[in-house]
Amino acid sequence: MIHLSNINKQYGDGSDRITAVKDVSLEIADGEIFGVIGYSGAGKSTLIRLLNGLEMPTSGSVQIGKLEISAIKGKQLREARQKVSMIFQHFNLLWSRTVKENIAFPLEIAGVQKADREKKVAELIELVGLAGRENAYPSELSGGQKQRVGIARALANDPEVLLCDEATSALDPETTDSILDLLTGINERLGLTIVLITHEMHVIRKICHRVAVMEAGEVVELGDVLEVFQSPQAPITKRFVTQITEPVEVKQALAHIKEELPTGTLIKLVFVGEQTEQPVLAGLIRKFDVDVNIVQGNISHTHSGAYGSLILQLVGDEATIEEAIRYLHEKDVQTEVISND
Amino acid sequence: MIETLFPNVDWPKMWEATVETIYMTALSTFFTLVIGLVLGVLLFLSSPGQLWANKFANVVTGAFVNIFRSIPFIILIILLIPFTKFLLGTIRGPDAAMPALIIGAAPFYGRMVLIALQEIDKGVIEAAKSMGAKTRTIIFKVLLPESMPALISGITVTSIALVGYTAMAGIIGAGGLGTLAFLDGFQRNRGDVTLAATIIILIIVFIIQFIGDFAARKMDKR
Repeated sequence: MIHLSNINKQYGDGSDRITAVKDVSLEIADGEIFGVIGYSGAGKSTLIRLLNGLEMPTSGSVQIGKLEISAIKGKQLREARQKVSMIFQHFNLLWSRTVKENIAFPLEIAGVQKADREKKVAELIELVGLAGRENAYPSELSGGQKQRVGIARALANDPEVLLCDEATSALDPETTDSILDLLTGINERLGLTIVLITHEMHVIRKICHRVAVMEAGEVVELGDVLEVFQSPQAPITKRFVTQITEPVEVKQALAHIKEELPTGTLIKLVFVGEQTEQPVLAGLIRKFDVDVNIVQGNISHTHSGAYGSLILQLVGDEATIEEAIRYLHEKDVQTEVISND
Repeated sequence: MIETLFPNVDWPKMWEATVETIYMTALSTFFTLVIGLVLGVLLFLSSPGQLWANKFANVVTGAFVNIFRSIPFIILIILLIPFTKFLLGTIRGPDAAMPALIIGAAPFYGRMVLIALQEIDKGVIEAAKSMGAKTRTIIFKVLLPESMPALISGITVTSIALVGYTAMAGIIGAGGLGTLAFLDGFQRNRGDVTLAATIIILIIVFIIQFIGDFAARKMDKR
């Protein structure tokens, strides 16, 4: 569906030259939810704007379907944008228009007749769950409701691709989840390809099929979400993964337990997919003469399966602990000894 | 009562002058609105990073606005006498005041339009672009509606300034309350005529302000 090949994007000239995107090549499949994660300034905002021609690459090509976005302009580009719509972090609704009128705006741009416009708007309001709020102004809506208007507006011209520019970053966690559910539903029901950028690993984990990690304009890691969670390669990816698996309390708990029981071995177990449902721990305790302290446990559900991590402290003699770890490996559980420093 | 307070006021004449002042203010406000909007939108769209980013157009429009905004109105009237004479064949009467009023006020309003447009959230313009909107659509369906309260406050202030300008133009013979206050009031030393003209001007200003405030509030859904 979407092909990016050798994209470079630079701003400015001479010594002020800034490279925002550096030699990025990506393939995004039809119907996929593809996430791009990175900290601010990583180039992800520029990257997503290359997909609808709000930015043009300095070199390389952007292709969506059969259309080369980076080679068209004027009327052709404006028409292409109706099929590659966008939602925004700050919603970007027109305050002077009601919910209904905001959603009708892209239809007005596309030259749809008034009667058809009203019909489509009514459908969209139903789809995003805003029935009853048609005549409200954006100032009367909550953040989540505003983003629903944004989504309805983006879907008005039946796009093939939906671009989400930090669409949940201004929302609280609960609202974020309900918006992500709505996006997943839309993806499944309408078969829409979704490309989203975010700095929250939570968003990637919850709805994306594949993820690209960006740092300083480059894609440093790319793969299925579950794979990336399971074995992050780049240091920055590891940091993003720990955003979810190891909240701050874990570090405190670890420090505390090391003080209390300095002799034990701390290990981190990683479970993926079906293993998360196996009673591996019970087996371990029954088979080996070790004391097991559970320091922290966590299961995250990603779009393609569950991913769990468990931090244990094993107390016992060294040989038994080694055997126990070997047992875990036999059960296909990844382990990592957390050093005592 | 009124007879004793304003012994020298010729009321039918005063009414005629009031109508002339209202005529000059209304007509010049209308043209100022149209020309000011064009100037402001041009200034905005030609500024760096905008849809028609063009340094030359921006500098030329900016210079025009700044020069005419800076010339004191009373001097502008005098400078424009040959132009007015060429255009209308006379320099007396309400219509003859029109070129000076419009050229004096439109750049002033154009600058206010620019400021109003700069207040619009850039994201909203980006959103419209991302939907495939043409520049014309962006101007008429995004820029103007989204800055409407500021545009209305701006034209209110400009229109009130125009009431003042008509009075100044009156001194050199444009007619209206300015002429009356100056010729019949000041020069013939009839304070009550000047006072009556002043009160009527104040009433006109208050009415404009009231309508402007009401409309701006009504339009603002933020």
